[in-house]
Amino acid sequence: MAKPVFQRPRYLLNAPFHYCPGCGHSIIHRLIAEIIEELEIGDITIGVPPAGCAVLAYDYLDIDMAEAAHGRGPALCTGIKRVLPDRIVFSYQGDGDIAAIGTAETIHAANRGENITVVFVNNSCYGMTGGQMAPTTLIGQETTTTPGGRIAERDGSPIDLSEMVAIAKGSVYIERTSVHSVKHIVRTKKALTKAFRNQMEGLGFSLVEILSPCPTNWKLSPLDSCERIEKEIMKVFPLKVIKDETGTSRRQQGGSRHL
Amino acid sequence: MIAESAVRAGCRFYAGYPITPQNELAEYMASAMAALDDGTFIQGESEIASINMVIGASIAGARAMTSSSSPGLSLKQEGLSFLAAQELPAVVVNSMRGGPGMGNIAPSQGDYFQSTRGGGHGDYRCIVLAPASGQEMADLTRRSFEYADHYRSPVIMLIDGMMGQMMEPVLLPEPLAAADLPKKNWILDGAAGRPCRTVKSLILDTAKEEEHNWKLFRKYENISKELQMAETYRTDDARLVVVAYGTAARVAKGAIKRVREIGLKVGLLRPVTLWPFPRRALEDASRFVKEFLVYEMNTGQMVEDVQLSLKHRSEVHFYGRPGGVVPTPDEIAKVITSLYYRRRLEEEA
Repeated sequence: MAKPVFQRPRYLLNAPFHYCPGCGHSIIHRLIAEIIEELEIGDITIGVPPAGCAVLAYDYLDIDMAEAAHGRGPALCTGIKRVLPDRIVFSYQGDGDIAAIGTAETIHAANRGENITVVFVNNSCYGMTGGQMAPTTLIGQETTTTPGGRIAERDGSPIDLSEMVAIAKGSVYIERTSVHSVKHIVRTKKALTKAFRNQMEGLGFSLVEILSPCPTNWKLSPLDSCERIEKEIMKVFPLKVIKDETGTSRRQQGGSRHL
Repeated sequence: MIAESAVRAGCRFYAGYPITPQNELAEYMASAMAALDDGTFIQGESEIASINMVIGASIAGARAMTSSSSPGLSLKQEGLSFLAAQELPAVVVNSMRGGPGMGNIAPSQGDYFQSTRGGGHGDYRCIVLAPASGQEMADLTRRSFEYADHYRSPVIMLIDGMMGQMMEPVLLPEPLAAADLPKKNWILDGAAGRPCRTVKSLILDTAKEEEHNWKLFRKYENISKELQMAETYRTDDARLVVVAYGTAARVAKGAIKRVREIGLKVGLLRPVTLWPFPRRALEDASRFVKEFLVYEMNTGQMVEDVQLSLKHRSEVHFYGRPGGVVPTPDEIAKVITSLYYRRRLEEEA
């Protein structure tokens, strides 16, 4: 028998995704499932999906999951992680969730150095509610609430949430990646793996921002959506390691108290 | 009293945000949790974050608590709605102050409707307990954690700044060991050796959401049957009964003692559970008493529950002082006396 080289990850349920064709969520879900399997943390991981398209993540990931109110993921994770410090706790949030209604929860969880992992999916709009302007919407981008395009003087400018979180002293690792090409998907998996590993080693707050296509609300084909990320969004939200203090983290010297 | 009783009830997680009058509770919890190996105290960045941290702790299986005062409770309503919807236990203390808006920090009972009608969005109820003494604050705190776990429901302890700053000798309940706490087969702690679990309240299928609402309703009906609590004081021969809770009940009791000295047959019915409202105690009393005086530190909220309970079998009067004013027993005694004699004069005429 030939050895299978590609199969459904152990923690990805055998269910068809409800996401639109070309959406990045299903790719990111799969990456998380693969990482949970590879790190062998499936039976100690608790995930917190957000309000938004990804609220149904628990229909696809075969792990314990608790739905958070809009924007409250990091607060919920804080409560879970403090009670069960040897478990792996992550929140999964969209741009509206993390950079608008949940800004305070995010910045302060990072500032406290909560030893959790945050997956931040940036598609530059409110996907589930029909494509309204998000804090990450680009200048000039047409949305249902910015007819004619976002205007900085009227609507504000795209917010650098990840850079804001990086200022918080308790955050140790922040990286911005994308899932619009295979190369970037591979890079995203590396970043997510590191973000989960950091938690296993008790290093503190890690966040990976992932640029993700939303063809439906961008009114583009999936391929054109990927091109938009490459040509437009990455100019405003450049892919890079925004912060990496994992080598110098104070907690590292104390050993891995969380696993 | 509430804080130490909470610790003794096995509460190991507290998150809160500073607001007067209730800071003493949070400050006590900060020290108490620090002294425990497994205790967590977090000063949250907001009321909303604090109650969501409590939700997380509850999901992870801890006995968890937060406290605040009126404006803070408005912000916590999102969390209370989620706690109710997801059937999670938690204890929330509201030390009510004068309102609406910023109001003031004086004792008030303006949040009766907010507490007993759900408060947040959706069709739900919270168990609401209203202690009227130091001892009762200690005892009901222990019970509030038990009720929260037993019914998998948020429990609100409704007090005010007067109750919070009271100094009274109290016999505290014995501390519970971790082994004494109820086992929970629904918490999220990683799906080791069991199928994975989900805590959620998104139910897109309307038929299923309706069934979830009926399930909650049946639970609330059950709580209504099992949990009604009220104290009566000198109601046996009473011709007029005062209905009041918390601080107002203490003032009313003082007033009743005064009018009893001049021979007025007046008693007190003090709801201990505000939700479920002690309808049965009211119904029982109405068999012999035809006149009730509801006294609240607001413009009239609980009086509606008294009227609903009595179903026009008795006459219901109301006296209220909103805005953080706490009347003296003499003021209430005057109200009682004038009502009492007016009735007697009517009867003689």
